[in-house]
Amino acid sequence: MIFAVAKNRIWNLGHDRAAFVLSYVVPIVFFTLFGAIFGGDSGRDETRKVRVAVVREDESEQARRFVAGLQAEKGLDVLMAPSSRDGTVRAPFTAATAEAAVRAGTVPVALIVPAGFGEKPVRFGPSTDRPKIMLLADPSDPIAGEVLSGLVQRVTVTALAGVPAGSASLLEIERREVLGDKKARNPMIAFYAAGLGVMFLLFSAAGAGGALIEEVETGTLDRILSTRVSMGRLLAGKLVYLSWLAASQLLVMFLWGSLVFGLTMRGHWIGFVIMTTCTALAASTFGLLLAAISRSRMQLVAISNLAVLVMSAVGGSMFPRFLMPPLMQKFGLLTLNAWAIDGFQKVFWREEPLTHLWPQVLVLTAIALVFFTLARRIARKWEAA
Amino acid sequence: MDAPLAISQLTKSFGSQTALAGVTLDLAPGEILGLLGPNGAGKTTLVRSVAGRVRPDGGRLSLFGLPPTDAAAPALRGWVPQEICLYPLLTPWENLWTFGRYSGLSGAPLETAIAENLSWIGLADRAKDRTGNLSGGMKRRLNIAAGTIHGPKLLLCDEPTVGVDPQSRERIYGMIGELKARGVALLYTTHYMEEAERLCDRIAIIDHGRIIAAGTREELVRSALGDRQTVTIDSEAPVPPGLREKLARMGASADGRVVRLLADDPPRQIRELLGAFHDEGAAIRDLTLKRASLEEVFLLLTGRELRE
Repeated sequence: MIFAVAKNRIWNLGHDRAAFVLSYVVPIVFFTLFGAIFGGDSGRDETRKVRVAVVREDESEQARRFVAGLQAEKGLDVLMAPSSRDGTVRAPFTAATAEAAVRAGTVPVALIVPAGFGEKPVRFGPSTDRPKIMLLADPSDPIAGEVLSGLVQRVTVTALAGVPAGSASLLEIERREVLGDKKARNPMIAFYAAGLGVMFLLFSAAGAGGALIEEVETGTLDRILSTRVSMGRLLAGKLVYLSWLAASQLLVMFLWGSLVFGLTMRGHWIGFVIMTTCTALAASTFGLLLAAISRSRMQLVAISNLAVLVMSAVGGSMFPRFLMPPLMQKFGLLTLNAWAIDGFQKVFWREEPLTHLWPQVLVLTAIALVFFTLARRIARKWEAA
Repeated sequence: MDAPLAISQLTKSFGSQTALAGVTLDLAPGEILGLLGPNGAGKTTLVRSVAGRVRPDGGRLSLFGLPPTDAAAPALRGWVPQEICLYPLLTPWENLWTFGRYSGLSGAPLETAIAENLSWIGLADRAKDRTGNLSGGMKRRLNIAAGTIHGPKLLLCDEPTVGVDPQSRERIYGMIGELKARGVALLYTTHYMEEAERLCDRIAIIDHGRIIAAGTREELVRSALGDRQTVTIDSEAPVPPGLREKLARMGASADGRVVRLLADDPPRQIRELLGAFHDEGAAIRDLTLKRASLEEVFLLLTGRELRE
């Protein structure tokens, strides 16, 4: 009898080919993705390099040798000037532009070699008279700052002192975090609220989109479409509901973040509303599209699990994109997660002006438009035959 | 005024499958037209065409002079599908609100219609329960109210009594009678012959996508069977093959223990049947002679039982 039950389920699975394939494909896709994100052999060196903006305000030989040492360090990707895509040479970083680059997230960390650096000799032991450098860090990338601090000491030893590397500090590093609300107990809260929020938004949109499939399966959709409700109106109505649901989920997520983790909502409300609206619309149309594509509830679950988990992994909902290999970071931009998270980060973390949100708003709105149009087209299959 | 429903030479195919092969029908206000046919005869396609859910390939179909997909058609037409097409998690009140609103009602008229319909279907005291928790009969009644809440003048009823107990069925018959009294024209499909005989003013039999007979019960019986009467013999044991052959030669059919014959001359034919049973030594439990019913008409015209 037990085997009969098992056999019945196997038959069911066999008859739903999409679900059958996905139950084997999903784990393999994930295995591959996480392999790529957390670094296989191919991307390891790339992954570990820390991008650093270096400002040299001192003309001394000691400062030159120190910077040259930094540039020779394999673990660092030293930028003396903002990188330009068209190949034109840009003016070297200044303390102000380097700080702006960290604020904008272009680099996770900046190093300023101040004027007068070369006037003090490098020496061991406790002393207030050691050369000083300034390290400007973005606390949302805690690894970069730590790695750089360590490498700076090594460079100092090898490039300046000409002595074997020891544990003692040779330079005084003045570290300053240029971003982040002082009230926030955890600098990653905005990231997690946005990242996890978007992931669960997608899950719940896909689940709620399943109501449409239920209506198809029970014949209720037929009944609805014989009334004054057209397919276009029906989908638009569902979009309104799903967007409301998604927006309220994000609101609850961020309010919880502010209550429990000290995330500051004050001063961020307009940006929050803008990003929440775009994100909710994009996630909702994603749910509608999946429901329109799927032929059964079982298929919807299989397809949405695959799509949502892949999008969330690649788009940075589970693991920050800036810590991924460069290629994966670019792939991430194909997901709505990445755009939504970037937007929320701009609002809550980098506190950029609202006008800077335009790329995220534009992309998320475009995604919503494309998804809705596609869902509407595919839903023609349910209209009068 | 245009007829509630006028169908002429309606055709529809799905790929190589012909569902409707030139159906012609009409329906007058306050009339109940029973649509009978074996499974796959084209009933559902016909009903769905009237509901605007199937686009016919050819022929004409109008509701009060309007095409079924006209924007004004949904207000005139109601549809009670065979399945319980309701939201099980919602209450009866919420279900009626949903379908009333979808059918164009709003505000006070909608609220009034909900209250009236809840009391009409006897669910006023269950208005706030979950629909999924209602009994089968209650769900059926709510299913009807969801299709009639907006006061349509033409109602499509697709097997509205499937799976309900006799008591609930009586109640539904009462509701259908009330709708008829209000002047609603009904296109009514059913698998229950007695239901069709009891409720319908006229009956149309559809098979292979064609209306093969239409008229009142009496008209159908007379035109198909004349004055013939039905002889039914209930045998004590299954009819043995030898006797079966003999009965077949007399024009009677045997199915298990039941033998049927449409008799032109009942006294003579009954004598012959009894003689055949006697010769074969088969015992008879019961014998009845009845005026021919719609069931025989259906069997004769389609070669199948209605519930096959």
